[in-house]
Amino acid sequence: MRTENQKAWFFVLPVLALVAFNALVPMMTVVNYSVQETFGNNQFFWEGLGWFEQILRSDRFQAALGRQFLFTALILMIEVPLGIIVALSMPRKGFWVPVCLVLMALPMLIPWNVVGSMWNIFTLPKIGLLGYFLNDVLGINYDMTQQPLSAWITIVVMDVWHWTSLVVLLCYAGLVSIPDAYYQAAKIDGASPWSVFRYIQLPKMKTVLTIAVLLRFMDSFNIYTEPFVLTGGGPGNSTTLLSIDLVKIALGQFDLGPAAAMSLIYFAITLLVSWVFYTLMTKDDAQ
Amino acid sequence: MAQIKLSNLRHSYMPSPQGPQDYALKEIDVTWRDGGAYALLGPSGCGKSTLLNIISGLLTPSEGQILFDDRDVTALPPDQRNIAQVFQFPVIYDTMTVGENLAFPLKNRGVDPATIKRRVDEIAEMLDVTDMLNTRASGLSPDNKQKISMGRGLVRDDVNAVMFDEPLTVIDPHLKWKLRSKLKELHQRVKATMIYVTHDQTEALTFADEVVVMQEGEVVQIGTPVELFERPQHTFVGHFIGSPGMNVLPCEARGDRALFEGHEVALEGPVAGSGGRTDLGIRPEYVGFGPEGIPAHVTKVADIGRHYVVSAMVGASPVKAVTEHAPPEPGSQVFLQFKPEQTRVYRDGWIATEERAR
Repeated sequence: MRTENQKAWFFVLPVLALVAFNALVPMMTVVNYSVQETFGNNQFFWEGLGWFEQILRSDRFQAALGRQFLFTALILMIEVPLGIIVALSMPRKGFWVPVCLVLMALPMLIPWNVVGSMWNIFTLPKIGLLGYFLNDVLGINYDMTQQPLSAWITIVVMDVWHWTSLVVLLCYAGLVSIPDAYYQAAKIDGASPWSVFRYIQLPKMKTVLTIAVLLRFMDSFNIYTEPFVLTGGGPGNSTTLLSIDLVKIALGQFDLGPAAAMSLIYFAITLLVSWVFYTLMTKDDAQ
Repeated sequence: MAQIKLSNLRHSYMPSPQGPQDYALKEIDVTWRDGGAYALLGPSGCGKSTLLNIISGLLTPSEGQILFDDRDVTALPPDQRNIAQVFQFPVIYDTMTVGENLAFPLKNRGVDPATIKRRVDEIAEMLDVTDMLNTRASGLSPDNKQKISMGRGLVRDDVNAVMFDEPLTVIDPHLKWKLRSKLKELHQRVKATMIYVTHDQTEALTFADEVVVMQEGEVVQIGTPVELFERPQHTFVGHFIGSPGMNVLPCEARGDRALFEGHEVALEGPVAGSGGRTDLGIRPEYVGFGPEGIPAHVTKVADIGRHYVVSAMVGASPVKAVTEHAPPEPGSQVFLQFKPEQTRVYRDGWIATEERAR
């Protein structure tokens, strides 16, 4: 005899309805487009998995995907260690704590397209403060509108400026939750500063660090607004990341089928890599 | 192993203390014998943890010196004092195994691997954790974690003293007793000076050879558990130790007698000094019932298993008595008898009667 109470489902219904409207329905539309071809007039023709094959085989997609991975890898390699270092050097108590926290939070409060515009103006040669300073004072040939390397350095530095704070704040939260007794015990045990970091601070930060890495991965992998406003994907295609390319196909060329297929592939990769990160970083706890 | 001597120690957490009220520790002068088991007993906020942190070197005192075997260590950091400390909440290096945890202090000091292994095995055997040496320390129960943090202190054979800062706080009651006897056993085996901070009188009295009772940054009495119970030097000690604590009753001193609620009471000896506020101190264990004595009105009788606690009113003063025999009924009139050799007068809290020569 099953006497389980099924009433709980009613409490989940509102959320299900909401998620259905803002995620499932749009997503199914995309799935629908991805297997069909349309020439307008709301007429659709079955295409099967053709778009998927075309996208996966195209050099353009592969190049954009490569750039996307390069960008995300650079972001993670810079922001995570930098965030940890900044969090470690922030004061734990006293007058400067709120000051530091507010300063850290400021970049994150600025809307994404404003960040893009700010950095655009800031780095333009001749006009921007940084652009002028590099070219005309230091004599370094820097032009993010013309040189791919300059453009890359600019978008990476911009993202580091915008989002390192997130890693800092999460790590800081992990650090302040460590009781004093741990540091005192380490002192008595004769632990070096490196040992304190390795065996006390890092393990205690691990949970928040996992969240930080996941958030930074997903956000940087799906980044659109800032590089679009800053470089528009150029010069050439050098900073055309996946999302920028996707928008070009979907809205620029209005190829709805290939764009839908690409969206799904994009989504699958994000999901897969997040899962791999999560599994790797929480592997030890399962033991 | 070392004798620990605290001389003229004072500590304030304020940068420029104005008067005695600004000091967390007021004038401490104590000598602890090498290899002894001591307890620091007092209510929360009495300065016992401050004192412990000063001995271990986590705090530098505002004034005074700490001597280990006549060597001044006041300015030395914790790792150079060769002391071990066990904290209220077990400190465990989560990512290490039990064995690595125990080896950590030795490894940091550059001890050779063979010696490390021998010491770790020895300590693990002492603590009954040999079978856990290769498990991750993070998954252990609180009592085992506390054992490991204790072990990290004991693993060094050069350790001068082991300090415990209320180590049984997070341990389940039925394991507390077990861990306490383990501690006692360890003390006998390693012969290190041990200092145990607690606000629990049972823990202090069962662990220590000598108990230091503290109140508001001052040492009120140092003595064996029996001394503290039999002849408290201060009403605070009388009240804090014992269950229920000593009766402290307002009285007037008259030579070797006291006047309490209009009744004359015999004392252990003559009262010294004059002036100030005088109180009569007698433990409930020494208050008896008889056919004559101080008339009292019984208000409450509590059966606590081994004995009864009788609460009675003498005039406006409540008096507690402990009896193992059939107690009087609540509401009845009785006569209380105070055992003279256990009846004392305290002047401004401090003992004022002279001990009668026995």
